[in-house]
Amino acid sequence: MSAPEVRGAAVSPEGEAPAGAPLLEVEQVRKLFPLKGRGSVLPLRAAHVPMLHAVDGVDLAIGTGESVGLVGESGCGKSTLVRLITRTLDPTAGAIRFRGEDIARIPASAFARVPQRKLIQMVFQDPTDSLNPRYTARETIAEPLRLLGGLSGTALSTRIDAVAALVQMPHELLGRFPHQLSGGQKARVGIARAIALEPSLLILDEPTAALDVSVQAVILHLLADLKQKLGMSYLFVSHDLNIVRLLCDRLMVMYLGRIVESGPARQVFESPRHPYTRALLSAIPGLGGGASRRIRLEGDPTSPIDPDPDRCRFHGRCPKGQDACTRSSPALVQLAPGQVVACHFPESA
Amino acid sequence: MDHPVPLLSVESLGVEFRTRSGTVHALEEISFSVGKGETIGVVGESGSGKSVLFYAVLGILDPAGRITGGRAVFGGLDLVRASPSELEAIRGREAAMIFQNPRVALNPIRKVGHQIEDVLARHTSTPSAALRQRAIEALASVRIPDPERRYDAYPFELSGGLCQRIMIAIALACSPSLLVADEPTTGLDVTTQAAVMDLISELAHKRKMATVLITHDLGLAAEHCDRIVVMHAGHVVETAPTADLFAHPRHPYTARLIATTPHGTSDLRSLAAIPGYLPDLRRGDLPACRFSERCDRFEAACTERPLARLDAGQPHSVACRRPL
Repeated sequence: MSAPEVRGAAVSPEGEAPAGAPLLEVEQVRKLFPLKGRGSVLPLRAAHVPMLHAVDGVDLAIGTGESVGLVGESGCGKSTLVRLITRTLDPTAGAIRFRGEDIARIPASAFARVPQRKLIQMVFQDPTDSLNPRYTARETIAEPLRLLGGLSGTALSTRIDAVAALVQMPHELLGRFPHQLSGGQKARVGIARAIALEPSLLILDEPTAALDVSVQAVILHLLADLKQKLGMSYLFVSHDLNIVRLLCDRLMVMYLGRIVESGPARQVFESPRHPYTRALLSAIPGLGGGASRRIRLEGDPTSPIDPDPDRCRFHGRCPKGQDACTRSSPALVQLAPGQVVACHFPESA
Repeated sequence: MDHPVPLLSVESLGVEFRTRSGTVHALEEISFSVGKGETIGVVGESGSGKSVLFYAVLGILDPAGRITGGRAVFGGLDLVRASPSELEAIRGREAAMIFQNPRVALNPIRKVGHQIEDVLARHTSTPSAALRQRAIEALASVRIPDPERRYDAYPFELSGGLCQRIMIAIALACSPSLLVADEPTTGLDVTTQAAVMDLISELAHKRKMATVLITHDLGLAAEHCDRIVVMHAGHVVETAPTADLFAHPRHPYTARLIATTPHGTSDLRSLAAIPGYLPDLRRGDLPACRFSERCDRFEAACTERPLARLDAGQPHSVACRRPL
């Protein structure tokens, strides 16, 4: 699946053409965590350390100016994937190409000193937990500008004012500490800090989960607006499909370390082909009332510790699971333009 | 919704908090009722007083809070004037509450099975030899797989969804006639949220238990409630049967709230925002209509007392001088 092809099918508000190679290209990236102290006491088995497969062979591409939504339940590996892309965690295998260069080779410990560091920024889930309580809003926004942007003095304060204006943060609130700000204002500070260095890729981890509905709408509008103004690409991580759909061109659904479905947002939303995507969509509470058409997922997810490679990971919870699903793990197959699904028995369109 | 005697009837309830920075007028003139076996949703932004309202009704208000007046009649007893021992006998037995964050609400150093037994031992005459069996039945009733094994689990060993099921098992252990669920699914995944809400709805139906769902998620309320009470800044602004409320919201705030909620067909452009913020409830000069400063239908009379009141006789009633 190449990104330009997908982008052509995606609904893009800007409608600009993709420029050659995608901005970010993740290829067969894996992250396994060894579970220490759980090795077998049997001498012949002692070498085997159980592994938690957090991210298990994920491909992902984000074009310049594109918004990609990554959805899945907690524990599916979303956050690990994000930490791999932001290079705060080293992958076990795979390539992460950013503007054509493989940044997976740069160790996480050295990533803070490379030029790509400023271009990948992140907005965190809880604006209260992710702001330093002893920094004023101004100091929070100043920190990346000082450390990575090398700004100081008047240039620094001019830039802070400009960034604050971009996120519509009133100037008089910049001297306040987080506890003196409302949830929406704190969210603005978190966004301002992330966009201060004009990154080309902004990763948003549930940016509105901690906000009230009324504020959520404001922040979503702000994010859409900023994307247009600054030409950033977004990777929007969430478990709320309703929100992801509003902001994203393309949607990727993750289940236990793997992408199970991906495609143009509207298409995936309107005709999901993987049973898990169906279940996720049917779980969204709607104003129309939808408890009756809900697809219930029974049981707990398969354990991510040393999963059987020849078995579909969704088997056991899947309403369509059959014997074939326990004999081979399905690969991603293109079922519609830009829409790929990993399922032996995909739903019809 | 025409119940001759409601199970819970709250009339003109007021609550204020004394704080260092002044008195917070948290609730004013709150009136609503919950019929037997009925499911109502209480919706509003954070800070609108949804949780405080039920803390006040169940007598678990923070010591800084004070009920300034009104009544909350539950099964013939006015909870506002009830003694602490009467309230203790009611909480957990006749009326139970599920809290927002199950990990915080459960005792972290006590096995979940024992936490269920505690409620049974306090409120029922279950012989102590039968407690364990009853607790395991309670775990099974909320569809916890392998209840015998989970009985011995501590909360940290269980997922968020399982912890919330334990909370539900504790709340329902004594078959209460009223269940108050305060944001029961915040922080849970959509699929887990759906499973937990379906479980609450199903058990409520089966036991003919009245349920109050406190939430800021209109979609969730729409799906699970018969009737909805909309709160804003410590006032009830509108109450109506669910379908009616969404089809014809009459309070400007309700209409705004519906417009900010993303749903199936909306796109980002159609997602409106509510201008302004909740008013500072410490203010001495709070206008009679606390939404007036955010409202586009405002006129001078809106700020004048007495308050616009709900008509208790009507199924759909609105507290607004200029309703839609």
